[in-house]
Amino acid sequence: MSDEAREAVGDYQFGFHDPENATIRFDKGLSEQVVRDISALKDEPEWMTDIRVKAYHHFVERKMPDWGNCGELNNIDFDNVTYFLRSSDATEKDWDDVPDDIKRTFDRLGIPEAEQKWLGGVTAQYESEAVYHSIREDLEAQGVLFLDMDSGLKEHPEIVKEYFGTVIPYSDNKFSALNTAVWSGGSFIYVPKGVHVEMPVQAYFRINAQNMGQFERTLIIADEGSSIHYVEGCTAPTYSTDSLHSAVVELIAMKGAKIRYSTIQNWSANVYNLVTKRGVAHENATVEWVDGNIGSKLTMKYPAVLLKGEGAHAEVISVAYAGAGQHQDAGAKVHHLAPNTTSNILSKSISKNGGRSSYRGMLQVTPKSHGCRSKIVCDALMLDSDSRSDTYPTMEVGNSTADLEHEASVSKVSGDQLFYLMSRGFSEEEAMGLIVNGFFEPFTRELPMEYAVELNKLLELEMEGSIG
Amino acid sequence: MAEEILRVENLHVSVEDTPILNGMDLTINRGEIHVIMGRNGAGKSTLASVIMGHPAYEITEGSIHYMGTNIDEMSVFERARAGMFLSFQYPAVIPGVQVGTFLKKSVQSVRDEPLKGREFRKELNGAMATLEMQKSVLSRYVNDGFSGGEKKRLEILQMLLLKPTLALLDETDSGLDIDALRIVAKGINSVAPEAGCLIITHYQRLLDHVQPHFVHVMIDGTIVESGGPELALKLEEQGYEWLETAAEA
Ligand SMILES: Nc1ncnc2c1ncn2[C@@H]1O[C@H](COP(=O)(O)OP(=O)(O)OP(=O)(O)O)[C@@H](O)[C@H]1O
Ligand SMILES: [Mg+2]
Repeated sequence: MSDEAREAVGDYQFGFHDPENATIRFDKGLSEQVVRDISALKDEPEWMTDIRVKAYHHFVERKMPDWGNCGELNNIDFDNVTYFLRSSDATEKDWDDVPDDIKRTFDRLGIPEAEQKWLGGVTAQYESEAVYHSIREDLEAQGVLFLDMDSGLKEHPEIVKEYFGTVIPYSDNKFSALNTAVWSGGSFIYVPKGVHVEMPVQAYFRINAQNMGQFERTLIIADEGSSIHYVEGCTAPTYSTDSLHSAVVELIAMKGAKIRYSTIQNWSANVYNLVTKRGVAHENATVEWVDGNIGSKLTMKYPAVLLKGEGAHAEVISVAYAGAGQHQDAGAKVHHLAPNTTSNILSKSISKNGGRSSYRGMLQVTPKSHGCRSKIVCDALMLDSDSRSDTYPTMEVGNSTADLEHEASVSKVSGDQLFYLMSRGFSEEEAMGLIVNGFFEPFTRELPMEYAVELNKLLELEMEGSIG
Repeated sequence: MAEEILRVENLHVSVEDTPILNGMDLTINRGEIHVIMGRNGAGKSTLASVIMGHPAYEITEGSIHYMGTNIDEMSVFERARAGMFLSFQYPAVIPGVQVGTFLKKSVQSVRDEPLKGREFRKELNGAMATLEMQKSVLSRYVNDGFSGGEKKRLEILQMLLLKPTLALLDETDSGLDIDALRIVAKGINSVAPEAGCLIITHYQRLLDHVQPHFVHVMIDGTIVESGGPELALKLEEQGYEWLETAAEA
C-alpha cells in the first residue's frame, strides 16, 4: 500500500491488498459498448445481454434519488469507476489451484481456517469473479445448487432466466439498473423442495483494486418447504480514492420455505455501499435479513420483504455503526400484501465521533390484508454529542385489523454504567467496548459464532483511543 | 501492628458546588469491619463513591489514603486494580452483556496474571456454590431484570472473585430475604479477615451475622458518634433523634 493511501485510511485492520493481477481490465467509465463487451466476454446468452443493455439505458436516464444523503450521492464520479475486472481466468473448485497471492489475501481473512471447519461451502469473491468455490458433498448430494452467479447462468440458464430480476427489476432504482447492466459475480443458490441445509453457507467478498466497483448479483431460491441460511462477510482493503459497491440480492422463498440471509459489511471509510436487497415470501414462508453495517463512507441499504402469500413472515434485524465521516442510512421495508402475515423489525445503531446513522423504514399493509401483525423497534445509542441519529419511519396501513407496534429510543452511555464497569477494573475504552457489544447483542447472537467474535473484536477496536 | 488500609482525613466533598461531606475522618485497618449508619441522604453512598473515585464528586478539602498513598489522582479502574471494591447500593444494568463474560473479563482486568479458563471456572463454581447461586445466572445480562436480592448477590459474587483489599458494601443487605442475608453475610465473612471492610447499612439484623469492630453514625456528612456493636442496637431502638439533639447542643 502506498504511503498516501495508508494516510488516507489510517490503521485499518484489514487494510492490505495484493498487487493487482488483473488479466483483463476495462478502462474506466461506462457505455453501451462496455456493457456489451462484458456480456460478450462472459459468453452470455442473448437475453442477458439485452437485459444488461436495457438496464444500462435506464441507469443513464434515471435521476439520482432525491432523498437520503443526496449531497454525498452526487459526489460519486461514475466515469471514474472500472466496471469490470477479472483477476483469475477460471472459477476454481479446488483450493490448490487458487493463485498464491490470492491465497495470501484470504489467509489474512482466515478463510482457509473457516473452510476446514463447518462451512457448508465457500465462495470467495476476488475482485469481480469468484475464484474459489467449493460445495460440500452432502449439499451436492441433496441437489442443492450453489455456484457463483456467472457459473449459475452458464449451467442453469433456465432457472436464472425464470427468476432473475423478478424480485428487483432493473427499473427499481438507479443502482439496481447499474448493477443489472454490469453485474459480475455473486452467488446463485437453488434449494430443492423439502431440503434443509443445516449448516450456514458462507461467502466472502472483497474489493481489492483501486476504484474498483463491485457489482455482485445474488439470487437465492428456496423451493417449497426447504430452508437455507446464507452468510456473507466483508472486509475491504483501503484506498484513498472513492470506491463504489452496488450489489443486488434477490431471495425467493416458496410456499413454506425459509431463507435467512446474514451479512456483516465492514467497508473502509471510502466506500459507497448502495445495495438493493429484497426477498419474496410466499404462503407460510419466512424471509429473514440479518444485516450489519460497519464502516463505509455512505451506506444506503434497506433490506425488504414482500409478504405475498398468506401466513408469510418477515424478520429484519440490523445494526449500523457510524464513525467519523460516515453515514449509515439503513433500515427495513416490509410489505404486507397478503392476509395474516407477520413481521418483526429490530434496528440498532451507534454513532460516534460525529458519525451519522439514520433509520429509514417502510411498513405497508394493503387493504385486503387482514389480520396482519408487525412490530418495529429502533434503538439508537449515541457515544458523544457530536454524533447524529435520526429516524424516518413511513407507514401505509390500509387495513384496520392490523396490529402494529412501534418503539423507538435514543440513548446515551450513562455515567452510572461507566462508573460501575470501571469499578470492576475496566478502563473507560474497555467499558465502552462492553456497552457497545451489549447494545448490539440482540444482533450478534443471531450470527454464527465466528462472525459474532469478529464483530465484537471490531467494535472493541473501534472504541480504542476514542476517549478524549 | 495494625496495617492501615484506608485513611480518610477531614474529607469535604461537593457535587456541583453543593457540599455533601463536611469533614469526614475514618481509618480502617486490615481485618477490621466498620459499619456506617445514618439517615437517608446523610452522605453514606457519597462517601463510598468518592473513595472509589467517582468523577462527579469534587474533593474540596482533605484527603483519602489507600495503603499509605494519596489516591486523589487515581482513576476508578486503577483503584479497582489496586484492590478496592464497591458493592453498589444500586448496581447498574448493562444490557446485552452476559454475567459470565463480564465476570471473566473483570477478574482478568483486576488480576495481573492471565486467567486460565478451567481454573477460573472452578473458582467461579466454588464462589457460586458458597452463595447458593444458580448457574443460569451466568447467561443472563448483567443486572438486567434482576430482583433487588439477585443484584446484591451478584455484587457479593464479584467481591468473592475479585478478593479485594478494601471492600465497601453499600446497603448490600437491603432487600434481602432472611436466607439471602445469611448467605451474603457468609460471603462478607470469608473476605473480611484479609481485608478492610466498610459496611453501610440501615439495619442491625446484618450485624447478627457479621461482627463489626466499629459502628459509626453519620449525620449531614460527618461522623457524629462512634462505638462498638452496641451502638447499632441502640440506634435500632431509639433512632437518630438523640444524636441530632446532641449534635445541635
Ligand atoms: N450526583 C449527585 N447530584 C446531586 N446530588 C447528589 C448527588 N449525589 C448525592 N447527592 C445528594 O447528596 C446527599 C447524600 O446522598 P447519598 O446518596 O450519599 O445519601 P445516603 O446517605 O447514601 O442515603 P440513603 O440512605 O438514602 O442511601 C443527598 O441529598 C443526595 O441527594
Ligand atoms: Mg445510599
